[in-house]
Amino acid sequence: MYYAIVFLPLVGFLIAGLFGRMIGPRASELVTTGLLFVAAFFAWIVFFQTAFGGHDGTVELFTWFASGGLDVKWAIRVDTLTAVMLILVTTVSSLVHLYSMGYMHEDPSRPRFFAYLSLFTFAMLTLVTSDNLVQLFFGWEGVGLASYLLIGFWYDKPSACAAAMKAFIVNRVGDFGFALGIFAVYMMTGSVSFEQVFASAPALMDKNILFLGHEWHAPTIICLLLFIGAMGKSAQLGLHTWLPDAMEGPTPVSALIHAATMVTAGVFMVARLSPLFELSPTALNVVMFVGASTAFFAATIGCVQNDIKRVIAYSTCSQLGYMFVALGTGAYSVGVFHLLTHGFFKALLFLAAGSVIHAMHHEQDMRHMGGLWRKIPFTYATMMIGGLALTGFPFTAGYFSKDAIIETAFVSHSPFSTYAWTLTVAAAALTSFYTWRQMFMTFHGHPHDHHHYEHAHESPLTMLIALGVLSVGAIFAGMILYPYFVGHDVDHFFREAIFMGPENKILEEIHHIPGWAKWAPTVMMAMGFAIAYWMYVVNPAIPKGLAKRNDGLYRFLLNKWYFDELYDFLFVRPTKWVGTFLWKQGDVRVIDGYGPNGVSARVVDVTNRVVRLQSGYLYHYAFVMLVGVAALITWFMFGGAH
Amino acid sequence: MYDWPILSVVTFLPLVGALLIVLMIRGDDEVAKRNARWVALWATLVTFVISLLLLAGFDSTSHEFQFVEHKAWLGEIAAYRMGVDGISLPFLLLTTLLMPMCILASWESIQVRVKEYMICFLVLETLMIGTFASLDLLQFYIFFEGGLIPMFIIIGVWGGKRRIYATFKFFLYTLAGSVLMMLAIMAMYWQAGSTDIAALLKFNFPPGMQTWLWLAFFASFAVKMPMWPVHTWLPDAHVEAPTAGSVILAGIMLKMGGYGLLRFSVPMFPDASAYFAPFVFTLSVIAIVYTSLVALVQEDIKKLIAYSSVAHMGYVTMGIFTLTQEGIQGAVFQMVSHGFVSGALFLCVGVIYDRMHTRDIAAYGGLVHRMPVYATLLMVFTMANVGLPGTSGFIGEFLTLLAAFGRNSWVAFFATTGVILSAAYALWLYRRVVFGPLEKESLKTILDVSPREMASLVPLLFFTILFGVWPQPILDACNAAVNAIVARADVAAGAIKAASLVLP
Repeated sequence: MYYAIVFLPLVGFLIAGLFGRMIGPRASELVTTGLLFVAAFFAWIVFFQTAFGGHDGTVELFTWFASGGLDVKWAIRVDTLTAVMLILVTTVSSLVHLYSMGYMHEDPSRPRFFAYLSLFTFAMLTLVTSDNLVQLFFGWEGVGLASYLLIGFWYDKPSACAAAMKAFIVNRVGDFGFALGIFAVYMMTGSVSFEQVFASAPALMDKNILFLGHEWHAPTIICLLLFIGAMGKSAQLGLHTWLPDAMEGPTPVSALIHAATMVTAGVFMVARLSPLFELSPTALNVVMFVGASTAFFAATIGCVQNDIKRVIAYSTCSQLGYMFVALGTGAYSVGVFHLLTHGFFKALLFLAAGSVIHAMHHEQDMRHMGGLWRKIPFTYATMMIGGLALTGFPFTAGYFSKDAIIETAFVSHSPFSTYAWTLTVAAAALTSFYTWRQMFMTFHGHPHDHHHYEHAHESPLTMLIALGVLSVGAIFAGMILYPYFVGHDVDHFFREAIFMGPENKILEEIHHIPGWAKWAPTVMMAMGFAIAYWMYVVNPAIPKGLAKRNDGLYRFLLNKWYFDELYDFLFVRPTKWVGTFLWKQGDVRVIDGYGPNGVSARVVDVTNRVVRLQSGYLYHYAFVMLVGVAALITWFMFGGAH
Repeated sequence: MYDWPILSVVTFLPLVGALLIVLMIRGDDEVAKRNARWVALWATLVTFVISLLLLAGFDSTSHEFQFVEHKAWLGEIAAYRMGVDGISLPFLLLTTLLMPMCILASWESIQVRVKEYMICFLVLETLMIGTFASLDLLQFYIFFEGGLIPMFIIIGVWGGKRRIYATFKFFLYTLAGSVLMMLAIMAMYWQAGSTDIAALLKFNFPPGMQTWLWLAFFASFAVKMPMWPVHTWLPDAHVEAPTAGSVILAGIMLKMGGYGLLRFSVPMFPDASAYFAPFVFTLSVIAIVYTSLVALVQEDIKKLIAYSSVAHMGYVTMGIFTLTQEGIQGAVFQMVSHGFVSGALFLCVGVIYDRMHTRDIAAYGGLVHRMPVYATLLMVFTMANVGLPGTSGFIGEFLTLLAAFGRNSWVAFFATTGVILSAAYALWLYRRVVFGPLEKESLKTILDVSPREMASLVPLLFFTILFGVWPQPILDACNAAVNAIVARADVAAGAIKAASLVLP
């Protein structure tokens, strides 16, 4: 069964990728989608067996590579944490496959698209089922490759190519840290397999590691290095710049990769490595700080974006920040809870946005939309559900998971606890604001582009089914699963999959917080709604006026805090400049100039002089001879004296 | 193992092919050209098949030399000795594998002096195999340096516009190195009284002498690798060489440097190797960062790949001088993998060069529209060059970096930035050449990969993926041999540590 879950998508990829042209787009679609539904079915069985039946399991396939003390195996390891990821990945992926059959209907390279989707799913599954850090890295880079290929799927568009490249390279910056983290783990524990690393983790507590000339607390430096990898993949502040650009890819890709699964790999990684992170309060503080900052920062930008997908992209970035806040407080299961619910409602939002875009003939600018709810009521309803879940409307999925995160931030003993709580509560208001702003601009008010409006139509059935199923998840996932992730069944549900130190009592503490703190996020949500309603429905002139009056702030937000410009100035241009400098000055001028070219030039110089000596005049030769004889005699006289 | 001298057969079979061409084929008409190509292809293919027998009969658990042959030659001084161990066998097989592909790659692109071209390649193959199979110092030297001559001719005769400059630079660099190595070989003979490599491996040279010998050998191997700052011949040589020449240069000749370090420098001069390790680390790290940055701004496809080769060889030298099992095995693997990957990349460049006759990146763009198969193949090789896990490029990089981290985290830190830079230059190249709209008029009729080109690229694709997922065959093959080197290095390191404990 484990094999089937992981390898069926690979089979789908190979069939569609190698023979797609032969069997045609329709067959490719059916094969990949069918295989994924089978995988998803098995994944649910495994989930129930593992999470409720208590059957953890590891299947070792064969040795990947072994050298010296290093022994890396291909393996499928399933425990509750993995099982949760398995159902999320396979379910969302199979629904996205189904949805894409409708959404990509007109695209000529569908076999390629479906092959990439299946490749991504395979890589993501190897990531979540790995039983060692190196296989995790394999899946990590594999999803990066699939993401690169899918963002650049429409390779004609220069912007898509640039976005694809940016995604890969920024992720590589994260991987740089991840790789160093793996090396440090190996150096300190002599192994990369989770079991052995976790077994020797407690012994690391008092150990130091020499890194870059300093003695550091070993678990802290290991966790921080690994966390850099997580920051890259999960688009946290500093390494987030690729995620909004990644929206150049087709919308189903954004739903699957850049909302529900790949970007949550960083969260998964930290949760998976909880036995290491538990050892280092410093690292956890950093995780929390970065998460809270990202949650707020991305939400501020989301408020002014006009592209329907970019709003959701920044929202994703912000929600990932929430998850890291939970992880940073030590409430790993809460982070994973939000990962799961977010996976459902954010995929729903993206797919609904895709349905809007499909209806509007690939128009993505919300300023050209408006009043669409009459034309596409089903999409409207599902997007409403997604929006409610995202803002944390009572009893939807987001209400349970997001509020739990804000509560963990409130009760945490970390020095950043107040910081994290304030920012996450503020971000809750912003989240509500930008979500409702998006809903109002898209579905309410008057149509701004009558041509597109008239032709708008509801999407085909394959797309609507996917929306419907995800809506169910977005409403009920939180309610049903709350006890297992936040409530009293956590220990029983996760068992050894997540490790929490003996002092870590955060899950009990959050049940005893004051009422005002508990209701703060809900109040914020209502406030966000009210402001959005006032600004975009009651009095639509306000946003423009506000933007005009606070021009500086508006531009700052619209230009995404100028991160791209800053990075271009700090990294991209200097790198190119240094490259050119090293090439022209280093290689050509110095090395070649003094090396081969210099040597040969000197040789030529010397020969030229020698040539001049051979003048052909007898008295020149006679003179040289005379000098030579004189020198010889002198040498003999003085040399002989000794 | 076999009752016939298999290594000699593998080594000299290509030479027999060359003789056949010399003796049998007359004239310069189409028929003669075709015959010369077929003879060369068959000679290399048969060589490859016979070399597979080596693999079948090889015992990977032993670190001793196998298939050993011994014939008297030059009286007391040197003898004809052949044999392979786990370090040389992968390179030998790599050579015999790449050779038929080179012949295929030259099938249509070489139209002048076809006969002579094929002779050059066959002679080159003999010399390269001989280099890896020699067990006598003098004999090694002859094969090692002899390989330069056919390569020199290949670049000089069938090369591009600036071929004379390139050959002269190539020669100047390598000459400087080999003179020093010759002197070192003589010194070793006077000291140890033998040129038998197996005997020399057990001989202990005095530490003071080791330093000088190490430096002399290093001069030669560093040029061959090539290491920064003696790398500048490589981009020029690659740019001017015909496609097959580049493949051999990057795929095999660069590995001779690494092979030399593993065969001579590290095991024969363990004290000096431990002493110079920080120096080599420095050069390696500079090579990785510096050449990656330079690769980023190149405008010529071949030059870009050439610079990336230098960066990848930086991982090799870094891995070797960690003097650990992981590092050296990683280095061996990295060399073999780079043989496939860079060979394939140069073949890929050859594919479009044959069609457009330019290597300018700016002359391309949007190839994916006309050449989807090509785009796919190039994508896989590009990713392997970037070191994506699952391709063979990852294993070597990972192992060498892992080992380097254990030695010195600064080295690992800077060397690991190479993973970012390599992604940057490789993907940027791919984007400019393959992606984007197809706008240039000249490209609108370009044809996709032909079956002949597929025949040379698909096997490399297969190995790139196979060894990415299952690298164990190569690692197992060299395990015992590397173990022996590491054991020797550890003894030396222990001696140095002991000495430093005695000193205040």
